[in-house]
Amino acid sequence: MKTMLQRNIRDRFMEGLLVLSTIIVLLPLIIIIAHVIIHGIGALNWDFFTQELGSPSRALQGRPTGLVHTILGTLVVDFMALTIALPVGLGAGIMLSEYPDHKLNPVLRVMNDTLNGMPAILKGLLAFVLIVKPMGTFSGFSGGVALSFVMLPIIARTTESALMSIPWSIREAGLAIGLPRWRVVLSTVMPAARFGLVTGTLIAFARAAGEAAPLLFTSFGNNYLPNHWLGMILGPVDTLPQRLYSLAISPYSHWHNMGWAAAIVLLVFVMLTFATARFFTRQKF
Amino acid sequence: MSTDKDTRKNIRKLLRNPSAIYRRPGDLLFTFLVVTLGISIILLTLSMAFVLYGEGSAALREFGFFGFVRGTTWDPAVQLVFGAWPFLLGTVTTSVMALLISILPAIAVAIFTAEYAPRWLANIIDNLIQLIAAVPSVVIGIWGIFVLAPWLRDTVYLPVFMWAESSYPQLLPILGNPMGYGMTTATIVLALMIVPYTTALTKDAIRSVPQEQREACRALGATRWEVIRMAILPYARGGILAGAILSLGRAIGETMAVAMLIGNKNTLPFTIFGAGATMPSVIVNEFREAVESLHLSSLMAIGFTLFIIALIVNLFAAYLTRKFSIKGGQVI
Amino acid sequence: MYTNRIITTAIFMAFLSISCGNGDNGNGGSLPGSGGGSSAENRIDLLGAGATFPAPLITAMADEYRDLTNNRVTLNYQSIGSGGGIRQFMEQTVMFGMSEAFLSDEVMNNIQQSTGGRAFNMPITLADVVPTYNIPGIGEGVVFDGELLVEIYMGDVTRWNDPKIARLNPDLDLPGLPITVVHRSDGSGTTNVWTSFLSRVSERWRNRVGYATSVNWPVGIGGNGNEGVAGAVQNTPGAIGYNSFTYALLNDMSYGSVVNASGNVIEPSFEATSEAANIDLPEDTRVLFTNTPAEYGYPIAGFAWMLIYENLDANNAISNRREAEELIRFLIWSITDAQEMSESLGFARLPETALERNFAMIRQLKWNGELLGASLLEDHPLAASL
Repeated sequence: MKTMLQRNIRDRFMEGLLVLSTIIVLLPLIIIIAHVIIHGIGALNWDFFTQELGSPSRALQGRPTGLVHTILGTLVVDFMALTIALPVGLGAGIMLSEYPDHKLNPVLRVMNDTLNGMPAILKGLLAFVLIVKPMGTFSGFSGGVALSFVMLPIIARTTESALMSIPWSIREAGLAIGLPRWRVVLSTVMPAARFGLVTGTLIAFARAAGEAAPLLFTSFGNNYLPNHWLGMILGPVDTLPQRLYSLAISPYSHWHNMGWAAAIVLLVFVMLTFATARFFTRQKF
Repeated sequence: MSTDKDTRKNIRKLLRNPSAIYRRPGDLLFTFLVVTLGISIILLTLSMAFVLYGEGSAALREFGFFGFVRGTTWDPAVQLVFGAWPFLLGTVTTSVMALLISILPAIAVAIFTAEYAPRWLANIIDNLIQLIAAVPSVVIGIWGIFVLAPWLRDTVYLPVFMWAESSYPQLLPILGNPMGYGMTTATIVLALMIVPYTTALTKDAIRSVPQEQREACRALGATRWEVIRMAILPYARGGILAGAILSLGRAIGETMAVAMLIGNKNTLPFTIFGAGATMPSVIVNEFREAVESLHLSSLMAIGFTLFIIALIVNLFAAYLTRKFSIKGGQVI
Repeated sequence: MYTNRIITTAIFMAFLSISCGNGDNGNGGSLPGSGGGSSAENRIDLLGAGATFPAPLITAMADEYRDLTNNRVTLNYQSIGSGGGIRQFMEQTVMFGMSEAFLSDEVMNNIQQSTGGRAFNMPITLADVVPTYNIPGIGEGVVFDGELLVEIYMGDVTRWNDPKIARLNPDLDLPGLPITVVHRSDGSGTTNVWTSFLSRVSERWRNRVGYATSVNWPVGIGGNGNEGVAGAVQNTPGAIGYNSFTYALLNDMSYGSVVNASGNVIEPSFEATSEAANIDLPEDTRVLFTNTPAEYGYPIAGFAWMLIYENLDANNAISNRREAEELIRFLIWSITDAQEMSESLGFARLPETALERNFAMIRQLKWNGELLGASLLEDHPLAASL
């Protein structure tokens, strides 16, 4: 039998160990963010937001070069992905929560989780085979589809749990006053769960916005803005994560600096989305 | 709760035997729409399996599934022989090692936030942990290339290598070339990236331990740590296990950061510091490069193998969550 | 309820404004300072992809050509590697591919069958690869020959003071350091040129390893990209690797000289590389001239080819005659006037024989049977003189 003193020492020791572990886990995050900011802030100038990339000789010769086409391309591809994923994800989420007895639900749940667990690169391969090959060209659209595969299962999952958190009595009340089920779902249950829905969508968006792997074989990359804005959808488009990857593995130190700056922009973009999602989680009603 | 259950039961009964009011065209249309959207996800997942299998079938036919998986040669030039074993090995080694490194700290963070930290601090830590999952993997990759890998090379790998060279030269073939990019670097980065998944599920499991249990244990005179060890951790083991498996799934599928840091070497043997490759990393590196149809098909077959592995891991995690009825655990 | 609507509207509006704003910027941004001459409808996007090595040259050409045409023609070139260039060319997702390996007979036949026309391999520039090394106390100019490089890369010669190295470098005091072999781990045209040289000088290498954009290396460690190899070489005393000449120059790496087929010790230079290609070229230019017979040519060099369909209309990626026309115009410009840019960017110029062959191929380019290339070449001064 240990003495009380031994037990107390052990208790304090474990507490110290827990604190230490927490610090060890969080330290790299802080270091990463600090490094990204330190390395990238210098390259974040006006040109970065207004010029196109062009060739590496632009950077080597000190001519203006930037990533305006990349930032715009990212927005287009990401929002295209969201427009594709949102209806499908919401639909599947509604099916899981509002039709709990549907025979396909167990299958849907497993398939959805499987899709969610699939490496993002496989989603890129799928979009390559389904969209790029038939279309005959790399395109922002195929990139949007690939990213929507990333968003879909997350939206479905979060929609289900957001709708499930609404008490059944609310649905009952709607049905009791003679509303059809679709009205009950759309104008009673979904508004009541709105913050959960927004949070889930934003989380899915943030997750997809940081993915580079699905875009390598779909939106492909572009050194310039397309000549026509439709080119953003029908032609190859630059996106931040994929450009960041190719800048980082390039042999030019100027491009490395631009890569760090792109990392800042990407990080801020993802973190803002994430923070907004967190903000909505806090809102109760 | 009980009234809720009753209503649910009633509604279910109603649904099984819908009266005329539920056969309105609007409802039929809505149901049709919702079910169609749901089915499209099922079809999407299935089509992923079919597409990967279809595109990879040439390679799988050529070498046989097990021949492909067990093949140790990846030679896209002379013999055109493709075996996935090095990549399978690389994926399993890096993910399992990453899990082993990360699991204790991850559980510790969960315990600390759930049981020790004041609410405000727990909130901050919670957000930061979730933030780790939110940092794009290419950002971690660029940091790894320019900061972590050179640092590890100079402060860890090279000194160890020099020490081994002078005292235990027989260790050198196991250590491999300390160039910074390699298995260990990739594993360390992976370990960091999967922490949030274990932490989230562990914390949910800890939270779901009834308060009475803690109080009873305290009343017996247990210290705080003893409460955790005796009353909470055994209770939460299901959540911890599910979280660990989920983390493993994440580590297996992680692509960009690994591809940027693992050094990309397609031949065995892999060494501790030396370069290696994983299934996702070889797809990223070679998919745009492959000329021979068999090479391309083999990459797709690796994708198919990866699909199977991810499916098994995810089904296992789903089984665990159901068995231990864990709710929540959403990670961004 | 109201907050709900406000949020929904706000998100919707944000989306709208972004998509609209993007449309405006898309047009405005690509039109810096363009006067008349090129309205939005007239403008053309060209898409090419492939080899990483010529990417700095091609993208610089794209920059220049865009200015030259008043933003009328934008060429988007993505460096995805030689293998990728061939693959995407075959998949018809790009208007032209770019590769440091020419198309194999099998691929040429497949294309002949599926499009009813040939695929052309047109040399655009030259790729040269140099052995780079890190030997403490020894700078540039270590001399290698083909057989020695093969033995090093086979793992047979393992120390720098091996008599085989000393024989070629009698004046150098080489240390007894072990040799660490470094190679590219990703698929690369640089690897293709390097291994094709080793295959040409050694039957053993040809049968055991062969040449391709990525091979099954007998020994050594892998570095990702030119950089990865450079990093590994510079960090490892006793390492030997291979890099493109430009890259070695830009990064102050020590590189060696190589004995060529005529027995001359050739120090890498743009002239020696151009000289290597000054040989009797076949009609379709599909030839490897590593280990070149040219007397003063640098032996580890090859063409970077632009891959293009004879029947441009057969390529899914080219959707109309105007795109085909602009593509040919760019092609003509890139092998003539644009060659002026080569040296300043670290590339060797295309030799005259290659230019001649290119003109012959361009004359056969067709759009729906119409000899588009010939009509565009008609009034080109250089084409007339050749």
